[in-house]
Amino acid sequence: MARIIGGLTTSHIPAVGNAIHKGLQDDPYWEPFFRAYPPIRDWLGRHKPDVAINIYNDHGLGFFLDKMPTFAIGAAHEYVNEDEGWGIPQLDPFPGDPRLSWHIIESMVADEFDITSCQELPVDHGFVVPMQLFWPGAPHNADMPRTVPISANTVQHPIPTLGRALKFGRALRKAILSWPDDIKVVVLGTGGLSHQLDGERAGFINREFDRYCMDKIVDDPDELTSIGRMELVEKAGAQGTEFLMWMMMRGALGAKVVARSTNYHIPISNTGAGTMLLECTE
Amino acid sequence: MAEELHHHTHIEGTTIFDGEMAMKGYALNKMCFSFNRADAREEYLSDPEAYYQKFKLSDEQKQACRDKNVLAMIAAGGNIYYLAKFAGIFKLDVQDVGAQQTGMTKDEFKEKLRKAGD
Repeated sequence: MARIIGGLTTSHIPAVGNAIHKGLQDDPYWEPFFRAYPPIRDWLGRHKPDVAINIYNDHGLGFFLDKMPTFAIGAAHEYVNEDEGWGIPQLDPFPGDPRLSWHIIESMVADEFDITSCQELPVDHGFVVPMQLFWPGAPHNADMPRTVPISANTVQHPIPTLGRALKFGRALRKAILSWPDDIKVVVLGTGGLSHQLDGERAGFINREFDRYCMDKIVDDPDELTSIGRMELVEKAGAQGTEFLMWMMMRGALGAKVVARSTNYHIPISNTGAGTMLLECTE
Repeated sequence: MAEELHHHTHIEGTTIFDGEMAMKGYALNKMCFSFNRADAREEYLSDPEAYYQKFKLSDEQKQACRDKNVLAMIAAGGNIYYLAKFAGIFKLDVQDVGAQQTGMTKDEFKEKLRKAGD
């Protein structure tokens, strides 16, 4: 049977992709961010997951406003990192696991989550930057897992509630655990933490709120569901709503987790950057 | 629109991109979405006015684009994730965009970000 061994969170800032490309990991600006990753890579190297469920939010590459799915799940053989317009280097395609994707889609819809299934899904920095951070050289890393991308809408309101995101994750857990193959799965929740790119409030970062979210997501994610969507915009910034991905990830991990690694740094680009490794104990 | 049909609260300096803004900005955002393609970026740069016309931008949207005025583009319905692709054509990053919107120099804006970590 499939097992979920842990959850990984990271910001997915495009500038990080450029920094990797330019080899700036030890640069004084970047080092406090990149230092978070070697311990997580060591853990991944020991456990070698077969599949990475990558929960991210598309930023106007895979979806346009003509049709905007609230929750979309990739069901492709591979995921192509297409040109997203402003020149971060494109990576080679990432291998999918379409049979597992369809199993998850079946299970989620049976559980009354109405999914948009995607047999083609171009993936942007939100998907690829975390892969590069956790599996250097991705997708050409010897331990590169197969992947199932899941994208939630944070481009256009109404966005899902934090409570719905957590329930989504719990249904996702049920779907994965009912997969008969003997595989190890990690779940990535990417994006955030606090940032705002648009408006006179651009540059807003809220360390106190980010720290609160990183604390509560370990042992009491249900408390975070009392935060309303407009309150989330106010406290995390307009794009800090990406914290929804972390909640989806957390729901998939079961009741009890142990935080094996935690890092938080301000600023990376315009963002409070949070990184966590949550190991499952069930 | 009647007040009770608004689904969000006022947050200073923040435009909630909801259905109303999505309707208003559709042409502008569709143009910016096209900039995912290199050939579209070249076509735009060779004749911006024709490109605005092709996507049926409103006068307000055209002027905001001519001025490269991000706040005006947002007021005209632009969504920041799509506007970032417009900014990218001119090699403007999110700190350039942030500085412009807050009336700061880029260095001042970067200092503001750094101070958030103090």
